[in-house]
Amino acid sequence: MIGGYALVQRSEVSLKSIMLVPLVTFVLALLGSMVLFGFLGAPPLEVLYRLLIDPLASAYNISEVVIKAAPLILIAQGLAIGFRAKVWNIGAEGQLIIGAVAASVIPITFPESQNILMLPTMMLAGMISGAAWAGIAAALKTRFNASEIIVTLMLNQIAVQILYFLINGPLKDPMGFSYPQSVSFPPVAMYPLLSGDGVLRANASIFVVVLLSIVALIYVTRTFSGYTLLVGGLAPSAASYAGFSAKKAVWITLLIGGAAAGLAGVGEISGPIGRLQPSLSPGYGFAAIIVAYLGGLHPVGILLAGTFMAIVYVGADGAIIDVGLPPAAPVIFQGMVLVFYLASFALVQYRIVRIQPEARA
Amino acid sequence: MKTKVGESPPLLQLRNITKRYGTYVANDSVYLSLEQGQICAILGENGAGKSTLMKTIYGIQQPDEGEIVWNGEKVAVTSPSVARDLGIGMVFQHFSLFETISVVENISLTVPGSLPDLSEIISQKANEYGLHVNPDAPVHGLSVGERQRVEIIRCLMQDPKLLILDEPTSVLPPHSVQQLFGTLRKLSERGVAMLYISHKLEEIRDLCHCAVVLRQGRVTGTANPRQATSAELARLMIGQAIPTARHAEAKPSCEPALTVSDLSYDNPDPLGESLDSVSMVVRPGEIVGIAGVSGNGQSTLARLLSGEIRLQSDMASRIRVFDRSVGDTQPGMRRELGVTFVPEERLGRATVPAMSLADNVLLTAHRAGLVRKGLIRRRQQADFADSCISGMDVRSRGRQSIASSLSGGNLQKFVLGREILLEPRILIVSQPTWGIDVGAAAMVRQKLVDLRDTGTAILMISEELEEIFEISDRIHVMYHGRLSPSVQARSVTAEDVGRMMMGEFDQTMRAA
Repeated sequence: MIGGYALVQRSEVSLKSIMLVPLVTFVLALLGSMVLFGFLGAPPLEVLYRLLIDPLASAYNISEVVIKAAPLILIAQGLAIGFRAKVWNIGAEGQLIIGAVAASVIPITFPESQNILMLPTMMLAGMISGAAWAGIAAALKTRFNASEIIVTLMLNQIAVQILYFLINGPLKDPMGFSYPQSVSFPPVAMYPLLSGDGVLRANASIFVVVLLSIVALIYVTRTFSGYTLLVGGLAPSAASYAGFSAKKAVWITLLIGGAAAGLAGVGEISGPIGRLQPSLSPGYGFAAIIVAYLGGLHPVGILLAGTFMAIVYVGADGAIIDVGLPPAAPVIFQGMVLVFYLASFALVQYRIVRIQPEARA
Repeated sequence: MKTKVGESPPLLQLRNITKRYGTYVANDSVYLSLEQGQICAILGENGAGKSTLMKTIYGIQQPDEGEIVWNGEKVAVTSPSVARDLGIGMVFQHFSLFETISVVENISLTVPGSLPDLSEIISQKANEYGLHVNPDAPVHGLSVGERQRVEIIRCLMQDPKLLILDEPTSVLPPHSVQQLFGTLRKLSERGVAMLYISHKLEEIRDLCHCAVVLRQGRVTGTANPRQATSAELARLMIGQAIPTARHAEAKPSCEPALTVSDLSYDNPDPLGESLDSVSMVVRPGEIVGIAGVSGNGQSTLARLLSGEIRLQSDMASRIRVFDRSVGDTQPGMRRELGVTFVPEERLGRATVPAMSLADNVLLTAHRAGLVRKGLIRRRQQADFADSCISGMDVRSRGRQSIASSLSGGNLQKFVLGREILLEPRILIVSQPTWGIDVGAAAMVRQKLVDLRDTGTAILMISEELEEIFEISDRIHVMYHGRLSPSVQARSVTAEDVGRMMMGEFDQTMRAA
């Protein structure tokens, strides 16, 4: 190595600078997207308006933000518990799909049912099946030490193929002109809408999400179980010394993450979609990873970060149509958020120093 | 030492060095002068500012005020690589080795040369200085003691003009200490100056030409260690005479508390420590010391006893707590039976570095009523932490202090306090005073003796022979995974134990 730069760990990292990270990330990502989309012919201020203001400018748009925030926050709460314990579940997308598929069997089997227990049963089925899907990774990790990153990532693909197979076969609507989709769900399978007029799509699932966020907050700050997971993530030797089982931590975190994602899957089919279909999620399972980190892996931070991400989702959807942005725009924006987050977080913990060319052999 | 007129300027001069962390002054206007070939001891309790001062000289941090003069020229030591270029080497107390790569690869990060060449030089230096180490061994498999040897070798390879040694002998057996001292004296004759941090006053009197005493960041005195007695040096350092542990004859009961019988363990890591047919008994009301140079199986034994390594269930009875076979049980199960542990790594194993003392209390004390129905009871947690901090005189900014912000001695007092407050029936402690100042060490030893007198069975693994003799009732020696038969501490000499530490008990056993 002939000269250059190196990252050196800072001796002290102030809490203030850590709190600033999400803010700096947002600003940089917004500036970046204004520049980038500006090159594509969209006026920068128009982009800013579309991404941030427009989503909150009408009741309809706010309702759309709520619809998108619910799954992002829910999944991120589950993933964050794992990330704090350094268990890397990258498979929330697949867990969401499996949760939705399993839950959909109930309304597809009983399309005329009026039993009000149907939605709660579906929620339960979604959580159990999502957890079971993540449990595959936990079993392989604890039994064979297979990386949960790889396993959960690959299980995403398998989940998608299972969905495609079932929606083109056993779960397909026989009267649906061969479209790969299920019958419409009966009203008892749906989350109640927040407004009675039927125009706004936001539904009661957001209350479930807020409630579970509070549960997550209690879990990570007040319970001994949450504490043991954090110890395992921060200092594995200390966890082993204290007798906190690393295997148990892998199981707990993956099951929680899977259950949350599975429940988010139910939120989609029993919410805005209303049936099972090949596309269930615009990548909520992946975007939630960003949300979890942007929220500092803290339940309250995740509520804010998830809401912000949902606003941008809705804004970008609008901008695609109105300003002619490419359909990849929301993903590009997410990518920028992640990159700027990682960069600013690294610079909070490390500083850049110039290396003298002759200082290293 | 005075410089004659016309002679070259001192090798190193510190003028008015001041370093603050927020409102805390770690070094307060420190002056120091060092000639070529001079070995100067830096004395002081933990938190006195010794490490801060050394880090400043080695360029790890910059002073807020003052200047460093090297060979008569003012220099800005902005980084360790600048320091190395000047000819300053440092052997750290906390090791700075990468765990995932080998010894020679670690050394190649700072020393130029091809790996085979470096291996050659390492083996050569290792033989020359009696610092046995395998150049190709991966660092993660090395014991704490072996890691320190690597640190020393790494510095010696750069032919430094000034060597900063932060407690280099704390992991060496007695005869290697003499060997190392021979080396250091040879280096001194060749003009290499040394700053020598140690708590071992006898060593300082043996080796050093001068001694500078720091207390609360200030230089409070200098002494000629060859003329001053150890007691005088200690008084300068802590401001009072050192107490030695009261140590009445033990009155052990005959029921064994901890029984290890014919325990062998093949470490799956080829470079890890294995055990070969280890047997011993610890009774309530006695302290059994295990002496020996680290790396001879002590850490494996400690982990087997704590449950961090578990035996197959058919071997479970090789370790018994009272009449229960526990060899295959989780650490938590053993703690339920009244066993507590103080491991040698305080930071990262006995405590979570990034967590507060209050949260670190929960690590093992959650059994003591700090958790109910799965919820943490904050009041009880705070009370436990406070009584631990006040009972052991842990100097910190209270229970919200982050564990990694405490000095080694204070953290050790905290860990020991936590484990003692759990009212153990058996306490297993490794290297209780490793790298902590004399005041804290004396307190730790006294606490162990006091605990013994309440009827607790204590197993103490330590490489400090003086400590073993000071508070043990019976002594075993560990060598190459084997454990010697026990000898009565009051009827054996240090020389005997020293010979056993070199593995001579095998012959003794055969002869017997």
